Amino acid sequence: MARRDYMHRLPDSQGGLSRPVSLSRRWHIDVPLLVLLMVLASVGLGVLYSAAAGEVHYVKRQAVFMALAFVGMFVIAQIPLDVYRRWSPWAYLGGCGLLVAVLFFGAGAKGAQRWLELGGFRFQPSEIMKLAVPMSVAAFLHKRSLPPTFATVVGALAIVAVPAALIVRQPDLGTSILIAASGLFALYLAGLSWRMIGGAAVAMLVAAWPIWQWGLRDYQRQRILTLFNPDADRLGAGWNIFQSKAAIGSGGLLGKGYMQGTQSQLDFLPESHTDFIIAVLSEEWGMRGALLLLLLYVLIIARGIYISFMAQQVFGRLLAGSITLTFFVYVFVNIGMVTGLLPVVGVPLPMVSYGGTSLITLMAGFGILMAIGTERRRVTF
Amino acid sequence: MAHDLHLKDPMTEQRLFRNRMLVAIAVVVLMLGVLVARFYHLQVVNYDSYRTQSDKNRIQVRPVAPTRGLIYDRNGELLADNRPSYTLAIVRERVRDLDATLELIGRLVRLDDSDVEKFRQRMQRRRPFEPVPLRFRLSEDEIARISVNEFRLPGVSVEAELVRYYPRTDLFAHSVGYVGRISDRELANFSEEDVRRYRGTQSIGKVGLERSYEDLLLGEVGYENVETNARGRVLRVLERQDPKPGAALTLHLDSRLQKVASDALGDRRGAVVAIDVKTGGVLAFVSKPSFDPNLFVTGISFNDYRALSDSLDVPLFNRALQGQYPPGSTLKPMMGLGGLAAGIINAETRIKDPGFYRLPNDPRIYRDWKRWGHGDKVDLVQALAESCDVYFWDMAYRWNIDGMHDIAARFGLGEKTGIDLPVERAGLFPSREWKRGARGLPWFPGDSLNAVLGQGFVLATPLQLAVMTATIASRGTHYRPQMVKAVDGVVLPPEVLHHVEARPEHWDLVFKGMEAVVYSVRGTGKKAGAGLDFRVAGKSGTAQVVGIAQGERYDSEALKERHRDHALFIAFAPVEDPQIAVSVLVENGEGGGKVAAPVAREVFFDWLSRPGEKSAGLPPVTVDSEGGRLRG
Repeated sequence: MARRDYMHRLPDSQGGLSRPVSLSRRWHIDVPLLVLLMVLASVGLGVLYSAAAGEVHYVKRQAVFMALAFVGMFVIAQIPLDVYRRWSPWAYLGGCGLLVAVLFFGAGAKGAQRWLELGGFRFQPSEIMKLAVPMSVAAFLHKRSLPPTFATVVGALAIVAVPAALIVRQPDLGTSILIAASGLFALYLAGLSWRMIGGAAVAMLVAAWPIWQWGLRDYQRQRILTLFNPDADRLGAGWNIFQSKAAIGSGGLLGKGYMQGTQSQLDFLPESHTDFIIAVLSEEWGMRGALLLLLLYVLIIARGIYISFMAQQVFGRLLAGSITLTFFVYVFVNIGMVTGLLPVVGVPLPMVSYGGTSLITLMAGFGILMAIGTERRRVTF
Repeated sequence: MAHDLHLKDPMTEQRLFRNRMLVAIAVVVLMLGVLVARFYHLQVVNYDSYRTQSDKNRIQVRPVAPTRGLIYDRNGELLADNRPSYTLAIVRERVRDLDATLELIGRLVRLDDSDVEKFRQRMQRRRPFEPVPLRFRLSEDEIARISVNEFRLPGVSVEAELVRYYPRTDLFAHSVGYVGRISDRELANFSEEDVRRYRGTQSIGKVGLERSYEDLLLGEVGYENVETNARGRVLRVLERQDPKPGAALTLHLDSRLQKVASDALGDRRGAVVAIDVKTGGVLAFVSKPSFDPNLFVTGISFNDYRALSDSLDVPLFNRALQGQYPPGSTLKPMMGLGGLAAGIINAETRIKDPGFYRLPNDPRIYRDWKRWGHGDKVDLVQALAESCDVYFWDMAYRWNIDGMHDIAARFGLGEKTGIDLPVERAGLFPSREWKRGARGLPWFPGDSLNAVLGQGFVLATPLQLAVMTATIASRGTHYRPQMVKAVDGVVLPPEVLHHVEARPEHWDLVFKGMEAVVYSVRGTGKKAGAGLDFRVAGKSGTAQVVGIAQGERYDSEALKERHRDHALFIAFAPVEDPQIAVSVLVENGEGGGKVAAPVAREVFFDWLSRPGEKSAGLPPVTVDSEGGRLRG
């Protein structure tokens, strides 16, 4: 009977051995974020199905990428935060090396070299830097006292400047600015003094004219000019914006109905399944659809900010904040561009635009965000 | 450790982060507000204007060409039909690389250089976004090949179009005429209203009734709103306002009679015009040689056109309407009636014909066509029957040119007949004023001798001679000749232009003389009545092609065929109650009685031997204020 007693007491003893750990914490999953991302992914596929009118293979491919991206996110979320912190300089240096390689051996389209081909697999090294730059800046600041001293700021700026300069050379001004921004967000959140921020703003204003005059290429100037006078070149550079504004505006409050958007379904809207996909949503679902999508983004951003607030370490806090704010910048730049507020820079709408690369980078970022959010609380003395 | 503690202060760091993040949140909220405001601005404030913009993008108003009115003969046989034809057209604005597109099309369908050349010409004067035709009459195979490759050919479309078709080909080319593509010159002369009416229409009447009735045949253009995609493909029709088809024309022409007249003329060059005596309706209108009007409908090829325009026989020339010939002796019945009515001659007037005539105080000798003359006691009936020249010379000498000109005008000579066909020629009957104005010379007595025989300055078209004959046949009622009998089933009333006043016994005498032409022993037109069971009255004529010097005899064998005299014959039948009047011209046919009279005979035989097919005898209406009595 002793054996039976032992068996009887087993659950008790087990309960005494381990503290209860929630499933989400064990698997490093932030459930609210996961739910929001899945809703957004579903919405994205739904809009894409309409935008790709009849070409189902786009939707299938995108679904496969989504699945891969979610798996990638889970994997990335499992890795302890300290590993990222310690390995970030190596990722950064490796990324810079690849960027240099792109300048020499890169493949490209439309006059820009952005791709690197390795054994039949094409990828953009700049995608790595989207995460490596904020991570390196956060890791760099993690060890320093905050608010950052002038020397620290200079160091952080140097980390940002090198890849940004390499990407500008490709040339890919839009990506370069976004990557620089992600690093600068980390620096800003670390407590960059307002005096320095003000000084930088003044310096930017002063530099604006020389940059316009000598720093930009003709097509870049053209895009900005088009922004202020879209009707001037309706069949050329202004065409995309003209058509996307017509698509969005004609959607009205309630939209023309799913799959009923005349602008997108009749091919008047260019790039309707990639960069301009929000115009499809806005045309077919109207303002209510656009606002619901914005709400979804706002909730994800709110969750990201919450995670950054809850983070235990400087590294996680700065990284979470930077990833979240960068995510918002993507959303803002894309929508601003499609609605004619910003120049056309070729930024996809996160999780909705067709395209595997940006999706995987994005979900990797959310994986890191989850890693930060589910980090074991450490007792600090 | 103390140093480290001083540097890393977690509480300060966290507070610092929170401050910065709160500012960032405020900025994020502000920027979100900008986006929401932007959506509101686009989708609510400016909704209407963007809605219009997007509709303008996809909705295009396209003209729908009306169906051209059909043309029937008097028995309802179709003379001008519309048949579907498939045209390959290109909208320039939708094509990125025109040369590459043309190259690709050239590999799919037959496309020769002249197609491309004409296409480029049409491109010069197209309206924006208008499909410009490249190839007409695509075969089923070609349509299929284009359809399969549609995706490689943005801006290229196959358009179904109704195209004119003339089932009787060359039989009615000179009466019905033909349509053709609107030319640059026509387009340049279009009024704004014309531009509107011809939107979507490619063809316009060029010749014949197709031209003179263009306004009625065209119809009224319709419109449809179509939805197109960005590449200009029409996806569906949203709204449609149907075009109004053009009016259907029913002609007086009789297809069978036309064929008979044409066959009777055979391979000879010439013209036959047959007129309904009771209405002025034109029953047959033949000019030979003819041509196939279908060649012109979608643009004649260079080689075809050269073949027609270079031919010595000038098939494009409408001899019946525009050919001006000296009418010769065919004027004698009319002149005889004029002389009777004016009291210059009467039934008892007889002259001595020694075979020549000489004006008093003039050494010139005018020779009768018959060398030894027609006898000592030639009266009007004999003068007509045997075509005695001296009788009419004598009359002309005693008459004056003004009286002759006046009577000729009453019968429609020297002025346009007013037929409903375009580009009619007026012919010429000289007068004192005309000669002074045109030649700067006074009228000589010798001119009158030429005029009375339809020579010298006198010119008339075969149509004019038919009208003259019909006026004689109806005892003076001069109807306007009319091709179209009814428009959309509404019968057009006949129109009397003049009435020639003469006593019934004068008409009887002229009828008798013309009957004698056909039936007397020495009549010049006996072939016109051969084997017919009704009586025919006629008059032959011969028109000189080259002038013959005084007293010189000419040998027709020695002349080249094209220098031979033209043969003429006018006639009407039946004599008791004339129904149909005919004029026949055979170029270089020499003897009117020998060559032209049998043609008239065939026309009479066909028309008057048909059971129950007589003229409808519609009530005539006069529009001519100076016109005399109406004839019921």
